[in-house]
Amino acid sequence: MGSSAMVGMVLFPWMGFLINGLGYWFFQSSSHQKKWSSAVAGSIGTLCMLFSCALAWNFFFQFLGLPAEARVLEYAGFSWISLGKLQVDLGLRLDSLSSLFVCVITLVGSLIHLYSIGYMKEDPTPGKFFAYLNLFCFFMLILVLGDSFPVVFLGWEGVGLCSYLLIGYWYQDQAKAQAGKKAFLVNRIGDFGFLLGVFLVFTTFGTLAFEPLKHAVLNAVGVERSIQWICGLLFVGCMGKSAQIPLYIWLPDAMAGPTPVSALIHAATMVTSGIYLVTRLNFLFTLAPWVLHTMAWVGAFTAFFAASIALCQRDIKKVLAYSTVSQLGYMFLGCGVGAFGAGVFHVITHAFFKALLFLGAGSVIHGMHEEQDLFKMGGLRKEMPHTFLMVALGWLAICGIPPFSGFFSKDEILGHAFHGSWGLWVLGVITAAMTAFYMTRFFYLAFLGRSRHASVHVHESGWNMLMPLQVLGFFSVFAGFLGIPHASWLEHWLEPILGLSIHEPNGMEWPLMFISVLAAVLGMIWSFSKYRRFDPCEAQAFPRLAHFLEHQGYVNEGLHTLFVVALQRVSFFAWSVLDIKWIDGFVLGVSSLATQLGGLFRLLQTGVVQHYLLMVLMGLLMSTGYWMYVQG
Amino acid sequence: MPTLFFYAFAVLALISSILVIVKKDPVASALSLILVFFAFAGIYALLEAHLVAALQILVYAGAVMVLFVFVIMLLHDPRKLSEKNATGAWVAVPVVLLFFTQLVMVFRDSPVSSFEGGFSPEQIEVWGGNTEVIAETMFSKYLFPFELISVLLLAAMVGAIALSKRHSQRSWNS
Amino acid sequence: MIVESWILLSFCALIFCVGLLGVLLRRNLLVILMSIELMLNAINLTFVSFSYQLQDIHGQVCVFFVIALAASESAVGLALVIAWFRTMKTTDTYAMQYLRESP
Repeated sequence: MGSSAMVGMVLFPWMGFLINGLGYWFFQSSSHQKKWSSAVAGSIGTLCMLFSCALAWNFFFQFLGLPAEARVLEYAGFSWISLGKLQVDLGLRLDSLSSLFVCVITLVGSLIHLYSIGYMKEDPTPGKFFAYLNLFCFFMLILVLGDSFPVVFLGWEGVGLCSYLLIGYWYQDQAKAQAGKKAFLVNRIGDFGFLLGVFLVFTTFGTLAFEPLKHAVLNAVGVERSIQWICGLLFVGCMGKSAQIPLYIWLPDAMAGPTPVSALIHAATMVTSGIYLVTRLNFLFTLAPWVLHTMAWVGAFTAFFAASIALCQRDIKKVLAYSTVSQLGYMFLGCGVGAFGAGVFHVITHAFFKALLFLGAGSVIHGMHEEQDLFKMGGLRKEMPHTFLMVALGWLAICGIPPFSGFFSKDEILGHAFHGSWGLWVLGVITAAMTAFYMTRFFYLAFLGRSRHASVHVHESGWNMLMPLQVLGFFSVFAGFLGIPHASWLEHWLEPILGLSIHEPNGMEWPLMFISVLAAVLGMIWSFSKYRRFDPCEAQAFPRLAHFLEHQGYVNEGLHTLFVVALQRVSFFAWSVLDIKWIDGFVLGVSSLATQLGGLFRLLQTGVVQHYLLMVLMGLLMSTGYWMYVQG
Repeated sequence: MPTLFFYAFAVLALISSILVIVKKDPVASALSLILVFFAFAGIYALLEAHLVAALQILVYAGAVMVLFVFVIMLLHDPRKLSEKNATGAWVAVPVVLLFFTQLVMVFRDSPVSSFEGGFSPEQIEVWGGNTEVIAETMFSKYLFPFELISVLLLAAMVGAIALSKRHSQRSWNS
Repeated sequence: MIVESWILLSFCALIFCVGLLGVLLRRNLLVILMSIELMLNAINLTFVSFSYQLQDIHGQVCVFFVIALAASESAVGLALVIAWFRTMKTTDTYAMQYLRESP
């Protein structure tokens, strides 16, 4: 298979989008009013994704058999932009890094498509849903396969668009539509930084494709300043897409979308684009130490802050949303201390267990007939045993308990963080403890203990919703073995991208590992003991702090006052004073000036012929006078 | 000697012309104008333009002014003699003075032409006098304008009669 | 030359300007027409003085035509004045402000 198969892999979801989209449009929305049912649309969507997945894993296994330098498949596309110095081809490149991402995206994507068939069964417009999901996967594949900034940006924007469409899928509810709008706008702020970074890349190095850029950077002199700026601006873009402080505010609100959307976009794929970009451009970022430093601390603080908010959330999906923000912080922490491989490792493991947790939460919500408040759940272990088992695997993975996958990747990051700065490590460990605490709280309140939903009849989900959970559960358990310390297959695999990995032998590894596991276990134990005798009406331990955290730190309110209200005041001033008073006044003043001048000149028309003759004479006088003056 | 006569006629013409425009009574203005024409005739004679001098008196003072006086008498109403002043005097007088100054500057500073037209007084004497020379030129070189002038006079006559005709109440077909 | 040419021409200009003032300042139609005659006469004198200065007869021939024209023009003009007077009963030019721009 060659580059055409790669293009086919990208185009399968596009075909699914077209078929589902046209089918929905033709059958349901315009003339026939017959429902383009979930089974049909979902099957088409899932099938397309499965084809892509098959191709992706086929490529991966092919690469396994090749030597490291040969694991590249390029598709030189058509010339997209051709303007003098700016030459951009729409090209795709499958190499070690992008093949990993492609495998994860297509696998998780297929599973979520399958899951959605059951989840969206009662939805009135599933054709639209699956069309959007396929479109999203198409753009995501373009993002990770692009070989130059414009192609990546095409995917970047496309996933942002699909995120908006899918978050606001139930747009009849005003709040949900607002959530979609918020996601898009906050993303846009990040995109602005991204674009500025791209422009700066072009003006500094003259090329926008990644491979030529790599050569140009290695051979360039005197561009340290520009590289700092470039990396800083690109990081702003990553902050927007991957929900770091301060651009994370859209992700909790994005839970307004259907749960499969949250699982796919906001756990496994779109939010990892930032880390993908940073890793792809590691040759640039390693030349900008200030930016990396900032990245690490921003990641650490984001992880800590998000985890603290997650401690007090009642909505099952909000807990997971803040958990995602927190884990993304971990990934940036890893990249920031130079351990890009560790970041990618955590991306992969997180994709599996977070998608698992979200789908499990979706199963719970579906079973509880759209109830999302944790305080109204409990004891679901008996009513939904299969879901309970799978979610338990995901819970253990995210808490970082060995030998589950989360332990390996998180520990890798914490180990590198310790070498970066012990402050980062301390934050990371505390956050790990908090993660364990709130995830155990989540697990306990939902599944264990006494049931608080006596009136609701809960049913277990069907096979098409449970099977993806099982597959994801499998990977959550075993994916960690990709990156065992000192025998990390992943580090070796990523060498063409990241350079040779250096392992400094030091004696700190085992103690660090032990401390992080201990922190997680302590968090779990404390959470168990606290919530064993849980009574929702009981007062909290630190009521004011809990209240503050439950309202998400009042960040949204603060930003609203700071930016939205200020902007409204400025635009009101601009409208009433600048536009109406000054500009309109000026323009109308000009016209009234013309009218008044005309009135003045009208006084000359007296109707008396002698006056006119006098004016003729004056004109004659002036012209002859000038002529005489010229003549000397 | 001729210089003296010239200045005398010139002063007379000047004073009379000022009287033309100053006098309230149109009849007085007409009479002053006749005096102006006579003075001009004298100046023409001094400048060796004998035919013009004669024509001036015959046509202008004799025919045109008679017509003017007729019309003044026709339209004159002694009760409405007082005429309000013109409103633009403050602007008109300086403008006209400026105009006059310009003209004088032009006349003073332009060089005297040395063109000799070949019609010196001696040569005119040889050819038979002023009238003969003019007639000769008129009926040879200026014949076409001469004929046109006669048509023009005809047109003017017809026009004047048509304009001043009193339109009667009688209908066309009776 | 009985008198310098520029003096002669300036005298013509002077009479012309007097006539011009009459046209601009008087409100009686007939006086205006007489002032126009004055201006025409000044032009005649200019022609004759050039003929005298340049010793050319053509100036006087032009005077001939000017006199004829002036006569016919004053005839028509006076006919117009009569026609006007029949309707308006006045010869005041300030009564004819029909083309005035009304504010």
